[in-house]
Amino acid sequence: MADHHSHEHEGHADLKAMGEVHEHPTWKQYKWVALILTLITVAEVWAYYIPWFVASRAFVPLLLIMSAVKFAIVVMFYMHLKYDHKLFRALFTGPLIIAISTIIALLFLFSKLSVGAHA
Amino acid sequence: MLFASLISTYLIYKGRSVVGPFPHEACAPPLCATALPAILNIPITSQSTFVLLMSSLSMVLALAAVESKDKMPANPTFSEKILGSSKLWLFMTALLGTTFLGYQAFEFTSFVHEGLTIRTNLFGSSFFTLTGFHGAHVTAGVLWLLTLLAIDFKRGLGPKDALIVDISALYWHFVDVVWIAIFTLVYLIK
Repeated sequence: MADHHSHEHEGHADLKAMGEVHEHPTWKQYKWVALILTLITVAEVWAYYIPWFVASRAFVPLLLIMSAVKFAIVVMFYMHLKYDHKLFRALFTGPLIIAISTIIALLFLFSKLSVGAHA
Repeated sequence: MLFASLISTYLIYKGRSVVGPFPHEACAPPLCATALPAILNIPITSQSTFVLLMSSLSMVLALAAVESKDKMPANPTFSEKILGSSKLWLFMTALLGTTFLGYQAFEFTSFVHEGLTIRTNLFGSSFFTLTGFHGAHVTAGVLWLLTLLAIDFKRGLGPKDALIVDISALYWHFVDVVWIAIFTLVYLIK
């Protein structure tokens, strides 16, 4: 077990030496990230309680944008993808694109989304 | 892909329930046995969302504490002791995860009392399946964190264990980002 851990540690050190692994964010950055995530969540819930805004066409796109920003912040800083090697970024964003494409394709397939006017 | 499929299913079935209760609209007889308001409780879910976001913060602090354990000064200040305690942050993350599960148990129980079960309508089926699978992932994450905490108490976690803690942290943040999507798509978009 000790050997196993020392191998893992050596592997990590090797990657670091090759410039494949970068330092993680600092405590101050983590604190700011948490604050920004909280503020975006407050804004989302606040928007939910404004009737004229909920009725407007901007409501859904704005909520989706805020959600995407939160998603990206967590992935970049907490999951430290911003600081990782581009291979890890590709390994994350590749399947994410497939997953989002699957959702969009299924919504088109089952007529939840459509392009152009209906006949 | 699992969650993409479950989210798609929820969105496809959204608004297609023929009997209540409904997520964002009030329901009156004959669609419901009795008159019911919209069933989703946004204030409660907002609190649980905040709890899960904070658990991600405590998870990164746990990882930072494990990674920097050998850099602790000989006479640490109080804040250095707090920030450097992997046991504290692992415990906090597990506690916040359990609190999130408590909120979910409360939500599920109140829904059942109001007449919404997994068999009531399309909303109930897709909602309980999606959020239930997410809750199962959170439960697995809490058990994983408690295992790490037990190891930390038994022999201590140090920089040599950073990789195993990092992997568990990535899993935990994955659970968090899935909830970010669920919160918007299921709870906030009417």
